[in-house]
Amino acid sequence: MQDLEALKSELTAAIDGAGDLDALEAVRVAALGRKGSVTGLMKTLGRLDADERKAAGQAFNALKDEIAGAIEARKTALSASGLDARLAEEKIDVTLPVRPERKGYVHPISQTIDEVISIFGEMGFTVAEGPDIEEDWYNFTALNIPQDHPARQEHDTFYINAEKEGRRMVLRTHTSPVQIRTMQSRKPPIRIIVPGRTYRSDHDATHSPMFHQVEGLVVNETTHMGHLKGCLMEFCRAFFGIDDLPVRFRPSYFPFTEPSAEVDIGCTREGGGLKIGAGDDWLEILGSGMVNPAVLENCGIDSAKYQGFAFGMGVERLAMLKYGIPDLRTFYDSDIRWLEHFGFAPLDVPSLLGRAVG
Amino acid sequence: MKFSLTWLEQELETDAGPREIADELTMIGLELESLDDPADKLKDFVVGHVEDARPHPDADRLQVCRVNNGTETFEVVCGAPNARTGMKGVFAPEGSYIPGIDTVLKKTKIRGVTSNGMLLSEREVGLSDEHEGIIELGGDAVPGAPAAEALGMSDPVFDIGITPNRGDCLGVRGVARDLAAAGIGTLKPLLIEPVEGKFESPIKVHLDLDDETMSACPYFVGRYFRGVKNGPSPDWLQQKLLAIGLRPISALVDITNLLTMAYGRPLHVFDADKVHGDIHVRLSRKGEKILALDGKEYELDDEMTVIADEKEPEALGGVMGGEISGCTGETVNVFLESAYFDPIRTAATGRKLNLTSDARYRFERGIDPDFVLDGAELASRLVLDLCGGEASDIVIAGEKPDVSRSYPLRKHRVKELGGVEVSEEETVRILNVLGFNVTDNGDAWECGVPSWRHDVVGEADLVEEVARIHGFDNIPAVPLVRETNLPSPAVSLPQARRARARRALAGRGLTESVTFSFLPRKHADLFGGVPDAVNLVNPISADLDVMRPSLLPNLIDAARRNADKGFGNVSLYEVGPQFAGENPEDQATVASGVRAGLTGPRNWAGGSREVDAFDAKADVMAVFEQLGVSAGSARISTDAPAWYHPGRSGTIAFGPQQVLAHFGEIHPGILQAMDAGGPMAGFEIYLENLPRPKDGKSAMRPPLTLSAFQPVERDFAFIVDDGVAADDLAKAAQAADKKLISGVRVFDEFQGGDLEAGKKSLAIAVTLQPTQATLTDEEIEAVSGKVVANVAKHTKGVLRG
Repeated sequence: MQDLEALKSELTAAIDGAGDLDALEAVRVAALGRKGSVTGLMKTLGRLDADERKAAGQAFNALKDEIAGAIEARKTALSASGLDARLAEEKIDVTLPVRPERKGYVHPISQTIDEVISIFGEMGFTVAEGPDIEEDWYNFTALNIPQDHPARQEHDTFYINAEKEGRRMVLRTHTSPVQIRTMQSRKPPIRIIVPGRTYRSDHDATHSPMFHQVEGLVVNETTHMGHLKGCLMEFCRAFFGIDDLPVRFRPSYFPFTEPSAEVDIGCTREGGGLKIGAGDDWLEILGSGMVNPAVLENCGIDSAKYQGFAFGMGVERLAMLKYGIPDLRTFYDSDIRWLEHFGFAPLDVPSLLGRAVG
Repeated sequence: MKFSLTWLEQELETDAGPREIADELTMIGLELESLDDPADKLKDFVVGHVEDARPHPDADRLQVCRVNNGTETFEVVCGAPNARTGMKGVFAPEGSYIPGIDTVLKKTKIRGVTSNGMLLSEREVGLSDEHEGIIELGGDAVPGAPAAEALGMSDPVFDIGITPNRGDCLGVRGVARDLAAAGIGTLKPLLIEPVEGKFESPIKVHLDLDDETMSACPYFVGRYFRGVKNGPSPDWLQQKLLAIGLRPISALVDITNLLTMAYGRPLHVFDADKVHGDIHVRLSRKGEKILALDGKEYELDDEMTVIADEKEPEALGGVMGGEISGCTGETVNVFLESAYFDPIRTAATGRKLNLTSDARYRFERGIDPDFVLDGAELASRLVLDLCGGEASDIVIAGEKPDVSRSYPLRKHRVKELGGVEVSEEETVRILNVLGFNVTDNGDAWECGVPSWRHDVVGEADLVEEVARIHGFDNIPAVPLVRETNLPSPAVSLPQARRARARRALAGRGLTESVTFSFLPRKHADLFGGVPDAVNLVNPISADLDVMRPSLLPNLIDAARRNADKGFGNVSLYEVGPQFAGENPEDQATVASGVRAGLTGPRNWAGGSREVDAFDAKADVMAVFEQLGVSAGSARISTDAPAWYHPGRSGTIAFGPQQVLAHFGEIHPGILQAMDAGGPMAGFEIYLENLPRPKDGKSAMRPPLTLSAFQPVERDFAFIVDDGVAADDLAKAAQAADKKLISGVRVFDEFQGGDLEAGKKSLAIAVTLQPTQATLTDEEIEAVSGKVVANVAKHTKGVLRG
């Protein structure tokens, strides 16, 4: 039995001393292989008598199991450290930049139009459109702006060479002609908004020869100025995300509405910067009014039965106020630094419901 | 339109302060642009009494004055020759700001004597350029009282914006009337006392107009004055005009300006001795010239209204008087004109001659025909009062235009349209104060429109009058309730596709640009040009003179500008209109983009490369994918337009009538012509040409059938002529067995090596998807044979050995 203990400690030492899987395998073969020391012991059993054989057999088997277990344990340990070593070899510098990917942005004009659509869409408006090149009848006459009307001169109209049956062709000076096209082609109730490009021959710090408007039109039998106020107050508050934004309606004049109102929102200029919200000052934000009966009649809609309101606003102005863009002209410069600074991530799709809170 | 508070108070009995008036003006539609109180600038200055003035001990030209400001006495060193004991002047204490010399006053020692303030000249106060001496105030000025008051400069000046419909508010009285209706005081009565004529006017007036042109000037009132003296107008009149920024000229001219500003009634005065014979109102003759009061000569066409004598035009009716017959200091005999000129013709004349004036501004908005005679009488009285002389009988030509009309205002309409309940009593009061003649007819009020309100042409206007004076603030806001419980889709398919194309392209790393719809003709010509019909008649500048035939030139130019600033590798896109003609159907919506320079910056993981046609093609395909467009059956051909590289561009189309997109590298010649560096790859997707999903094909997807058997991939390499399109070869392979072959992918293209010239090798991977059972080797062999045969048939391709 003395020999067994000696063999066990010898093998255990060899197992523990095996530095890698190959060395361990050599130890295993030397102990448990066909010519191994433990296997050799088993072979001696046959020479023993029955009683001795039983006791020795149990002892030998116990030793064999113990050695096998030790080898297995050592093997596991050696594999783990082998992987660790390999992984250590595979180390990279994770502070390196990622492989370059192009980032793209959506222009603030598109984003603002999408925002406006998302708000009016919730109020049941649908988007209507019309051509950029218009007959002057749609752009002016049908909107109750006859030839030689002072308001017609104030529009700084771009004309193009084409003429159609005596009607001059213009670049639309506002999105309002789409009101006419819609009312001609559709019966009330009507509830539309019209985003689009508009043009005026004016170019300075605060005017661009091309800009964008969103027009709105509601026509049914009962809509009155109270609805106009309710609708536009809600829009202004939702757009700027200020629940208590003061909104003021001021009498004004547009040939195509009667009564007409300009809409101001509250702001403050304290401390030099402009801040939208409750304050001591006002900012004009859009024009509106009840559709002039003459305009309804021009479109073949019975003004004795139907009424409604219309409004229009400048997209760039909305964007400038909401996002703090200081200069109108920069919108069309395509300066990549401006576009990346003021642009929007492609998945930033405006939605009243999807807008994160807090 | 400017007016001062005291001027307003001559028309309006009110206790309201300037701020209250200003706020009310805005809220009744006469928007305040500024309220300027000159007293603000002078608030530091008071009346100072010079108790004692004696020579400076060390300077000949200076005096040392002891100035009392009402409470204290200061020693002030003064260089003005007129400073003397006992006088009263404008005293500025140390620390006050002197506007005329833009300085904050500091205590200073002048030749050994400390000066504790200053006595001001007109220039220093900012009143005028006068700097000969200090201001001398009247003896009744009280030391310590605000200098602004003593100077008669405590009158706040309002400047308001008048909308084009409110010509009646281009006179102070009209503004006063609106304010009275809004409850800010009471309109004072206007007394017109006709002046008795002492003689018959030697100048007669003839309206040389026919039925067709009579509208140009249907009514003319004149009067002759003899023996007048046309000196400077009195202080009160000069002050009034100066306060609103008008330069006093002479008594006669100042009277006409006063009437213009007070009542919106422009007048003209002729020096009667320079008028030859009678006055003839007629249309101008083509080529006639007139030297106007602005000192410029104008050449007339044959449609302008002129006031002529027997020789030549003496004035442009409603626009401006002539220099020749203008009144001067020597004028003794005067002919006064108060006429009614047609708004449209007056506006057209002014526009054609590029001539603006206070008169034109009012006539083109429409003046009060009932006030033509009144204006003449009011002016007559002033002429006699200020210039003396004698007035003739009134001369009248034509007839006063009859603008009388009335409209019913149904009693429920203010509520129905205006959305606000206004009591009957208040409604009638408002209309009455505004000058309407209101009769109660039971269900409606019949409202006679005052002669000065050309803008009121129906019931809606009456509702507006009541609502705006009652106050838009008082209209309760009512939610605009949706007609359905949940919102319906707001956008149509084309609109949604545009929005989605934008975000798809941004997601691929292109940045959206918004460029003008017009561009230089030379750029348009590089991109196919545009018909003459869409040239701008009046471009903003010579290089923005035609509508764009393509979005690419603006994007290329934008990339060039960025490169010039040091940002060469930009990728830009735009979704917007292009124009092939003037009709609505000639306008197409295009999603277009340009990638310039390199695909990206140098980096540790590998280099970057120059952009190429496949970058543009990938952008097109990505947009198709995002828009749900299946373009699998579309043909890719190599006939892209001439602005693309002829060998590196393609067209995706369902036939010549339905081009979906062009893509490719931009032609180097085009880039060179636009001074842009290369390379650039671009694309144009014609959004309206993309196939629409079939009607009735809702959100429902086709059933998914999954095979239980693994697909098998087999590779083939074919040698073909190098003109064979890879896409054609792939399509031929695909068609070999439509049931079994689920996909074909070209994975290699090779030329040169041991291939003969004019040949290339195309390698494809063909995926076989069995559905019934795993394929046997024989079955695979059979399909392979069909692929080789079909490719050979369609492309003459030979399997590479």
